[in-house]
Amino acid sequence: MDAVIIPFHQAAKTDKMTNHDQKSPQQPVNRSPKERLYQLGDIIFENVTRFFAFLVLATLIAILISLVITSMPSLKAFGFGFLFSDDWDPVREQFGAMIPIYGTLVSSLIAMLIAVPISFGIAVFLTEMAPNWLKRPLGTAIELLAAIPSIIYGMWGLFVFTPVFSEYVQPLIIGTLGNIPGIGALFQGPPMGIGMLTAGIILAIMVIPFISAVMRDVFELVPAVLKESAYGLGATTWEVVWKVVLPYTKTGVVGGIMLGLGRALGETMAVTFVIGNAQRFSTSLLAPGNSIASSLANEFSEAVGDLYTSSLIELGLILFLITTIVLAIAKMMLLRLGRMEGAAS
Amino acid sequence: MSLSRIAKSLVVAAAVGLSGMAQAIDITGAGATFPYPIYAKWAEAYKASSGNGLNYQSIGSGGGIKQIKAKTVDFGASDKPLTKEELDKDNLVQWPMIIGGVVPVVHLEGIKPGALKLTGAVLANIYLGKIKKWNDAAIVEINKGLTLPNQDIVVVARSDGSGTTFVFTNYLSKVSSDWKAGPGSDTSVKWPVGINGKGNEGVASYVTQQAGAIGYVEYAYALQNKMTYAQMKNKDGQFVGPDDKTFGAAAANGSWKAELGFYEILTDEPGKDSWPITGASFILMQKVQDKPENAKAALNFFEWAYKNGSKSALELDYIPMPAAVTALVINSWKSQIKDAAGKPVY
Repeated sequence: MDAVIIPFHQAAKTDKMTNHDQKSPQQPVNRSPKERLYQLGDIIFENVTRFFAFLVLATLIAILISLVITSMPSLKAFGFGFLFSDDWDPVREQFGAMIPIYGTLVSSLIAMLIAVPISFGIAVFLTEMAPNWLKRPLGTAIELLAAIPSIIYGMWGLFVFTPVFSEYVQPLIIGTLGNIPGIGALFQGPPMGIGMLTAGIILAIMVIPFISAVMRDVFELVPAVLKESAYGLGATTWEVVWKVVLPYTKTGVVGGIMLGLGRALGETMAVTFVIGNAQRFSTSLLAPGNSIASSLANEFSEAVGDLYTSSLIELGLILFLITTIVLAIAKMMLLRLGRMEGAAS
Repeated sequence: MSLSRIAKSLVVAAAVGLSGMAQAIDITGAGATFPYPIYAKWAEAYKASSGNGLNYQSIGSGGGIKQIKAKTVDFGASDKPLTKEELDKDNLVQWPMIIGGVVPVVHLEGIKPGALKLTGAVLANIYLGKIKKWNDAAIVEINKGLTLPNQDIVVVARSDGSGTTFVFTNYLSKVSSDWKAGPGSDTSVKWPVGINGKGNEGVASYVTQQAGAIGYVEYAYALQNKMTYAQMKNKDGQFVGPDDKTFGAAAANGSWKAELGFYEILTDEPGKDSWPITGASFILMQKVQDKPENAKAALNFFEWAYKNGSKSALELDYIPMPAAVTALVINSWKSQIKDAAGKPVY
C-alpha cells in the first residue's frame, strides 16, 4: 500500500512545481551570439523535420495520382461497374474487381476475428500474469515471429498446414458447422485444405505478433497506481484489465489492431500460396477465392495490353482506397469514443 | 628520351586496355521465365568462350515485351509469339530460340507414370468441369486395363500468367470448340473450375497434395519431381509419351516462316510422333538498332547458342531448335536487323 501513496505525493509535488514555473515572469530577452546560433539550428531542424513529414504526404499523393492516371483505360472502359462485376477474363479483356475485393475483405475479417482475441490474451498474460522470468523470453519470441518473411508463412501454410487442415480439421468443420442452417453455407464443399478460411488463418498467425506486441507495449504504459488502486478496491485481474487497462489504452489497442489489419489487407505471398487463386465467387469459406494483392502478384508480370495492366493497377487503387477507408473508420471510432467519454463525465 | 618512351608505352597500354573493354560487351535481355535456366547456362558458357556476358532478367513475357518496345534491353523474350501485325506495329523481329513441352500430371493411387491415356477432348472436358469423376465413361473408354477410382477430379491450373498456360490453353482451344468459345487461350484465362497454384511448383504441390488431382507443368518439372504424367493422343491418332523425341517431332513438323516472324505455336502438330502440347520460346529484337555493336553481340550469342547449346539444353530437359529452322532464322537476321543508317547489323 505504501507503494501506492508515495508516487501520488510525488506527482502532486511535481504538478505544483511546474505550475509555479509557468507563472513566474519571463526574463527580458538578451541572447548571446551562441544562443542565436542555437536558434538558427532550431529553425533548420524544424524545417528539415517538416520537409520529411511533408515528403511522406507528397509521396502518398503522388502514388494516388499515378495510380489514377495509369488505371485510366480501365476506369474509362468499365466505370463503376468494375467494382461489382465478377468477370475476370484476360482473353476477352473483361475485368471486374468484385471477387478480389470480396476475398481481400473476407480473408482479413477472418484473420481479425482470430487474431484480435488471441493477441489480447497474449498481451494480458505477458503484462499482468506471466512471472517475471517468463516475460522477457516470451516477449522476444513474439517479436521474432513478426520478423519472419511472409513467404515462409505461405510455404509453411501450403506444405505443412494445408495437408493437416484438409485431412483432420476440414472434414470436422464440414460435418458439424456445415449442417447448421444459414451459416452452414459458409462451410461446405470438398475439404481441399486451401481456400479463404486457410488464408484467413495464415493471415491471423502472421498478424498476431504485430497486434500482441503493440498491445503489450501499451498495456505496460498503464500507471501502476491505477491498477493497484483497482486491486486495492478488490477488483479481479479480469476487472482490472477490462475496466482500467483497456479504457486507458484503447487508442493504442485500436492502433495495434489497425496495424495488423493493414498488414492482412495488403499481404501478398502468404495469401497467394493458400487462397487457391480462383476468380470465382463461392459462398463457402472452404472454397478457393482470390485477393487483390495476390491477383496483382500472379498476373502483373505476364499481363500484356493496356486494358489488362490498367485493370490490375485499378485493383491496386482499390486496395489503396480500402486501406484508407479502414484507417479513416478507425480514427472516427476513436474520436467518437473520446466524445462519448466527454459527455459521460 | 626515356620519359617519352614511358609516355608512349602508357598510351599504348591505355589503347589496349580501352579496346579490350570495348570488345567485352554485356548483352542485356529480359522476359520469359520458362527459358531462364537455359539462357543462364548458355550465358555462363558463352562468357567463358567469348568474354561477352549476358544479363538476362526473367521478369515474365509481358515485361519482356514492354522492355524491348521501350528499347531498354537488347532483346526481349516471350513464350507467346507476337503476330505479324503486332511485330510491325512496334518495328520488331521475332524468332524461336528453344522448345519445351507441357505435360499433364495426375495424382491417382496405383497409376504409374505414363500409364494413363488422355485425349485432347477429354482433357478439355475435365478442365471445363464436364468430366467430374475419374471413372467417367470417356476416360475409362481410352484406358482399358486400368482400374480408375470413383473419385472426384480436382482440377489444378496456374494462377500466374505464364507461357505454360498459353501453350496448354492454345492446345485445348485447337481440340475443343467448347474451350475455344469458353475460356479461350492466353497466358492466363478464366478457369471454369478448380484451384490455381502459383508457378510450376505451386501446381506441382497442389497435385501432390490433393488425391485425384490433375494439373499441367513444364516437362522438366514433371521429370525432376517424378510426377505421374499422362500419355496424350496426337493429331495423327497415336498415343505418345512426353520426351525429347516427341517434342522434337512436333518442332520439326511446324511451319516456320521468317516473313511471319516465325509465328508458330507447336500445339496439335501433325506427325505420328508429335507431342501435342509443345511450345517454343521466342526472342524479340528491334528492327532498327540504335546500338549496332550490342545487337551484333547479341546475335553472335544466339548463333553460338544454336550451334553449341544443344547439349546443355537437353541436359536441362529443353529441346533445341531443329537445324533446318536455325538456318532459316540466322539467314533472316541479315535482311531484317539494321542500324540507323540502314546497314545490316549481322
